[in-house]
Amino acid sequence: MSIAVIDCGSSNLRSALKAVQKFDPGAFITIDKAALLGATGIVLPGVGAFDAAMKFIREKGLEDTILQLIAVKRPFLGICLGMQILFEESEEGAVRGLGVIKGKVKKFKFSGFMNNLKIPHMGWNRIMIKQPANPLFTGIEEGTMFYFVHSYYGVPEDPAVVAATTDYGVNFVSSVWQDNLFATQFHPEKSGENGLKVVGNFVKICQSKVRS
Amino acid sequence: MLAKRVIPCLDVKEGRVVKGTKFLDLKDAGDPVEQALFYDKEGADELCFLDITASHENRYIMINVVKRVAEKIYIPFTVGGGIGDPEHIREILSAGADKVSINTAAVKDPNLVQVSAQRFGSQCIVVAIDAKRVFDKSGKPLRRWEVFTHGGRTPTGIDVVEWAKKVEKLGAGEILLTSMDRDGTQDGYDLELTSDVAKSVSIPVIASGGAGSKEHLYEGLTTGRADAALLASLLHYRTLTIREIKDYLVNKGVVVRR
Repeated sequence: MSIAVIDCGSSNLRSALKAVQKFDPGAFITIDKAALLGATGIVLPGVGAFDAAMKFIREKGLEDTILQLIAVKRPFLGICLGMQILFEESEEGAVRGLGVIKGKVKKFKFSGFMNNLKIPHMGWNRIMIKQPANPLFTGIEEGTMFYFVHSYYGVPEDPAVVAATTDYGVNFVSSVWQDNLFATQFHPEKSGENGLKVVGNFVKICQSKVRS
Repeated sequence: MLAKRVIPCLDVKEGRVVKGTKFLDLKDAGDPVEQALFYDKEGADELCFLDITASHENRYIMINVVKRVAEKIYIPFTVGGGIGDPEHIREILSAGADKVSINTAAVKDPNLVQVSAQRFGSQCIVVAIDAKRVFDKSGKPLRRWEVFTHGGRTPTGIDVVEWAKKVEKLGAGEILLTSMDRDGTQDGYDLELTSDVAKSVSIPVIASGGAGSKEHLYEGLTTGRADAALLASLLHYRTLTIREIKDYLVNKGVVVRR
């Protein structure tokens, strides 16, 4: 049994798969419901627009499957837009999100002396880890830099789910964790050695759940 | 705070990295994947591959290079050189590149920027601008630059700052700005050029052309207001390493990733 990477047509699909395969050579890309239900863990990579991604998931009939996998606490990693669609709604679109994380996705808005901050937030930035016990960040030091590309960020209602934050004009939530649901606003598959460490940690989480 | 980026640029000809393009003594400098791994290990924040293969038949050699790089490299990389249509962009992105850089084709058909940004997302469309300073009749340099295309051979009459604003509006996610006057000189970046462009757009600007020392990088990223610095010969001839550059920048208070 291996990890499934959901193919929602996003451009980082292959790099996400490659990174997971480094630790789980059998990892595969799929949108097949049975294959997803049989996987040890799920990665939802995402680049693009909120509405387009949600429409894709609904058209392919994957919404119930994803919600079911999260409900049964199958290890799940959302990346970038794959984190944002876990929320209830987004300022980017009109379509409802998956809603498994209470809260909404907002757009960066800068004014005054911060007006020179560029949008999208693109490049390497630090994360401040808020959950010391989070297994996704095992071996990751406070302040480690990861690669970001986004104009929107999720604002969870429950501060307990905040796994990490990052400063860019505002202190925004760059990672969430709730049960076995993990998500990062940054791209671990594009964040060099430390990014691979995060992916490796996720694979370990999936493997330990299979054993237990 | 967002880190300033250091981006090595590799010229690729028929699937191999070459050095010394400016002086026309093209030397084979090895396999793109090995070079990419080297710079990744050195601490490069991103990589840029410029396909300088002249003929179009070799398009698939580059696609193969992109695929091989994507198998091994876990930092973002951009591919540029001779990209002229959305289908070509799609091929490069699906081969594993994170961004494509378009230059001549964007000037010829600005609509390409808009169509590609809508289709693939602004974050993966970089517009490369080759800028040459304009002089008045008496030969006095003006604070104005003209866009050149076809590898710097063709003047367009287009003002660089106006063009930068236009491509931002069309959906470009980033501007790769090369000073033709400084390129290959090692006299430092054209700080007026980079800061004038960076001030007039709200997308990131990558400074290129003229870096000959770590001080030049510092100036480009501070006075020049650039978000990233593209480096070629300075790194390829091992004049400086990325580590030396980043250590220097950190000492000067610039936020970089180490």
